[in-house]
Amino acid sequence: MSLFVDPKLGLIDGPVQPRLEAQSRAKSWYDWAGYAAPAVLDTVEFEYFALRNQASLFDVSPMHKYRIRGPQAQAMLNRMMTRDITKIGTNRVGYTLWCDEEGMVIDDGTLFRFADDDWRLCCQEQMLTWLLDAAWGFDVEITDESKEVAGFALQGPSTFAVLESAGWDVSALRPFDMAEVAPGILISRTGFTGDLGYEIWMPWDDALAVWDKIWAAGDLWGLRAIGYEAVDYARLEAGFLTAGVDFQPARGTERLHRGLTPYELGFGRLVHLDKGHFNGRRALLKAKDAPRSVVMKVDVEGFKPAKGALIYHRKKREVGHITSGLWSPTAKRNIALAHVQMPWAGKRPSDLWAEIYTLEEGKWDTRMARLTPIQGAFFAPPRARATPPARI
Amino acid sequence: MSLKSSYDAIVVGAGHNGLTAAAYLARAGLQVLVVEKNDWIGGAAVSRSLHEGWTYSNCSYVCSLLRREIARDLDLPKYGLQVIPYEGGATFTQDGDYFAYYSEKNALKREMARHCPRDADAYQAYNQAIMRQCRFIRPFLLRDAPDPTSMRPRDLGEMAYLVKKAHGLGKKELGETLRFWTMSIGDFLDEYFENDLIKAHLAGPGIIGTGLGVYSPGTAYVLLHHYMGDIDGGIGAWGFARGGMGAISNAIGACFEDHGGTIHKGAGVEEILTKNGQVVGVALEDGKEFYAPIVASNMDVKRTFLEHVDRYALPLDFTKAVERFKIRGSSAKLNLSLDRLPEFPAAPEHASFIRGDMHTSESLWELERAYDDWKNGTWSEKPYIDMLIPSQIDPTMAPPGSHMMTVFVQYAPYDLAVDGTRAGRNWDDAHRKAMADTVLDQIAIACPDIRDRVLHMEVRSPLELENEVGLTEGNIFQGELTFDQLFFNRPLPGYSQYDTPIKGLYMCGSSAHPGGGVMGAPGANAARAIIRREAKHTRMKGYAA
Repeated sequence: MSLFVDPKLGLIDGPVQPRLEAQSRAKSWYDWAGYAAPAVLDTVEFEYFALRNQASLFDVSPMHKYRIRGPQAQAMLNRMMTRDITKIGTNRVGYTLWCDEEGMVIDDGTLFRFADDDWRLCCQEQMLTWLLDAAWGFDVEITDESKEVAGFALQGPSTFAVLESAGWDVSALRPFDMAEVAPGILISRTGFTGDLGYEIWMPWDDALAVWDKIWAAGDLWGLRAIGYEAVDYARLEAGFLTAGVDFQPARGTERLHRGLTPYELGFGRLVHLDKGHFNGRRALLKAKDAPRSVVMKVDVEGFKPAKGALIYHRKKREVGHITSGLWSPTAKRNIALAHVQMPWAGKRPSDLWAEIYTLEEGKWDTRMARLTPIQGAFFAPPRARATPPARI
Repeated sequence: MSLKSSYDAIVVGAGHNGLTAAAYLARAGLQVLVVEKNDWIGGAAVSRSLHEGWTYSNCSYVCSLLRREIARDLDLPKYGLQVIPYEGGATFTQDGDYFAYYSEKNALKREMARHCPRDADAYQAYNQAIMRQCRFIRPFLLRDAPDPTSMRPRDLGEMAYLVKKAHGLGKKELGETLRFWTMSIGDFLDEYFENDLIKAHLAGPGIIGTGLGVYSPGTAYVLLHHYMGDIDGGIGAWGFARGGMGAISNAIGACFEDHGGTIHKGAGVEEILTKNGQVVGVALEDGKEFYAPIVASNMDVKRTFLEHVDRYALPLDFTKAVERFKIRGSSAKLNLSLDRLPEFPAAPEHASFIRGDMHTSESLWELERAYDDWKNGTWSEKPYIDMLIPSQIDPTMAPPGSHMMTVFVQYAPYDLAVDGTRAGRNWDDAHRKAMADTVLDQIAIACPDIRDRVLHMEVRSPLELENEVGLTEGNIFQGELTFDQLFFNRPLPGYSQYDTPIKGLYMCGSSAHPGGGVMGAPGANAARAIIRREAKHTRMKGYAA
C-alpha cells in the first residue's frame, strides 16, 4: 500500500452519493462540513435555470441539525434566539438568528416547531456546545441529529407538481408550514432560493429511496439535480446572506472584531428587544441605534460582477466592500451585497462607487461602477407565495 | 384607461419594437398611445393558444438578440419576463447518423472529431473569427448609425467612433472584417472546414429569414446577425422566453402601461395624418382619430409609406427608394402540438441536443439547391428546417408529457408560382398543406414517427405573416439584411436615424438600424432620437440612452 492513501483523510460520502456520482459530468466537488458535495454536476448555467424555470434537487444533508426536546424547550430557545420564537406556530418553521453576549451574530438557521416541547434547529455551523451552554438550567435535552436526518432542497416553479406526482399532497402548505407526508418524511415549504420550493427531511438511511421516488416523480417536470453554485446564484437573487461569506459567524474567527450585529446585517426585524431577556440583548439595546456599518442590496452599474470590490464614497474615501456579487440571469441586473460603513451608508446613496477589478484574456483592468441601493429582494416572484401553488 | 383625443406621441403597431419605443417615451414623461390592428399585442413576438393546453410562439420562436440593456432599463423581469437558454443542437442525416452541436466545448470537439478530426481543430480559429466580428459589431447596436454624408457634429462624432473602432482592429483584421461583411457564408465556411455535414450545420443561421443562398454574398453577415446576441453575456447563446415569445412583448407592454401609457387594440391605422409636411396624428380603420405631433411607425418602411401615408406628402425619390426596398418573404413556419416526445432513433438516450435546435440539411450543396427552388417560385423540395421542442425546457408550453414543436422553414416564397403566375394569393389551403407535407418529410429524417405524434398543426406561409402580423411579403426582418440595406443604408440612405421626410414621423421597427430579430434596439434607438429632437424638456434615462 502506498504511503499516500490514509483512508481516514479526505471527504466522505453523503447519503445520496451514488446518485450524485452518476449525475456528475463536471466532477466538481467541494467540502461541505466534510462531505463531498457537488459544486456543479453538469453546468452551473443549466442547473440554475432548472431551479428558476422547472425543478431542482439539491442535497442539504451536510447541514447541522439539532433536536431540542423537553418541557422548557421553548423557554430555552427563546432565551437563546433574538426573535420571539413563541410566535412560531406548531408545524411552522421560523428563520432565526442568535448572538453572543456582545450582540454579534453566531449563526442563522431555521427553527422547526413540532410541539411546544419539541423543536429542531437547522443551521450551517456546528452548534452543539453553544446549545448545551444555552440549555444550562433548563429542563431540555439536546440531540445532534446531523448524521441521522438527511435533507433535500427541492426548489423551482414545478416543485409542487413534482411532489404531487410523488403522491404527496402539500397543496395546503403555506410558506414556512411543514407536514409529515408519510411516516418519517417531513416536508417544509422552505428554501434558500426565494422561489417556490420545499425541503424534504427523512432518516439518513431512507435518503436514497426518497431521492429515487422524487427523481421518478420529476420525470415530466424537468427535474435536475444541481450543485451549490446554482444555489448560490439563486440565494443572492433572493437577497439571502451566506454565513462565512456575507457575515463571519462570531465564534468562528481568529481575528477580533469580525462580528456583526443583526442590525448591521439588516435583520432588525428579527430582534425582539421587548420579549424579555435573551442572549446578547443588553449589547443589542445599545447597538440598535449605532450600527457601525450596514449591508445594502445594490444594483451595480455595468455588467461586471462586483464580488470582492472595495466601495468608495465619491470615488475617494474607502467606506466598505462587497461580499457577494453576480450578474443576475433572472433579475437582469448586476446585483451585489455591499457592506457600507456609517455614516456613509446613510448619505446620498448615489455617491457610492465600487472599484471592480476585471481579468479579460490576460489583461487586468479596473473600473468604478456606481451603486444604486435596492429595497427588498432582487427577485421575488409571486409564485413563491401562492397557496395552493401553481404546477408550472 | 379612457382614451383621450390627443397625445404627446402615438406609436403605430404594438410589436416588440413599437412597445419598446413607447415604453422609453413614457418613462421620459411623454403621454403615449400605442395603436394595434390585432386584438392582441406583440406583432411577431407573440404567444398564441390555438390548441387547448398548448402555447405557440407562432412567429419568432427563440431569443438572444434582445438587448440586456433594454431588459434592465425597462425592468422586464419585474413584468414577468424570464429568458431561459437552451443547450446545443444537431443536424440529423438520412443514413441515421447526426452531427451534434454541444455548448460544452470538449464535447463539441469530440463530436467534430468523430466526423472530421481536422475540422475539430479548425473550429477554434473559426469561432475566434466569428467572435471577433461579434465584439466589433455589438457596441453599434444601441448607437445611431452615422450618416457619412452629413457634417452635423453628432454624425461626425458617431463617424469618429466608427473609424476609431475600425482603426483599432488593425490593418489585417479590418481587411478581414470588410471581407466578412460582404462574403457568403458558404465561402467563409469552406475556408475553415472540410466536412459537408459540419458546414451545413454551421451555415443555417446565414440564410434564416433571408432571400439569399449559402453562396450569395452577404450571407456571412446574416450569420453574424444571429450570433451577435447573448444571454446574460454569453455571446451567441439562444434561449426561450418562458411562456413563449409573447412574454417579451407582454412584459414590455406592462412596463409601458405601468408608466402611464395606453394601448388601443383591435383597429389598425388607416392613415398617418400629415399637414404641411408635419405629422399630426392617425386615423384608424374604425373611424377614430387621435392627434399627436409625434408618430412612430413600428410597421415596416414599405407598409408605412406606400399604404398609410399620403403619397403627395412625400418626395418622389423617397417613395421610389421605398418601393425598391428589398423585403422578400422567404420563410414559413409549422407549429405543432405533439401528444408526446417524438422518437429520435439516431440520438443516444438522454441526448441533450434534442433540447436544442435541430436540422436535417446535410450539405451546402443541398442548401443551395433549396434556394434555387425559392427563386423558381416554389417552396424548397428539401427545405432547411430549424426545429425546436421548447416544452422540454419551458413547462408552460404544453401539458406535462406532451410537447410543442416549432419548425422554421427556409425557403418558401411569398409570391408562389402556380400555373404560370406568381402571387401571394396562390397560398391557399391546398398549397399550404402540400408544403406542410414536404416539411413533415424533412422532420421525419430526425423523427420518423412525427406524423403519429401531431394533434394539431398550424401552417404559416409568408402570406399569413403578411396578413396577420403585417410584415410586407412576410419578411421576418422587415427588410433584407444585406449590406445595401444595413447600418447607414437602413432602411434608406439619408434616413438611417429613424427620421423620415415628414416632420415628427419616425420609424421604430426592424426596417430601421440595426435590423430584425427580437432585439428591441430599433425601438430604443428611435425613442432616443425622438426624445433628443422633439422632447427637449426631458431626457432618456438608462443604458440605452
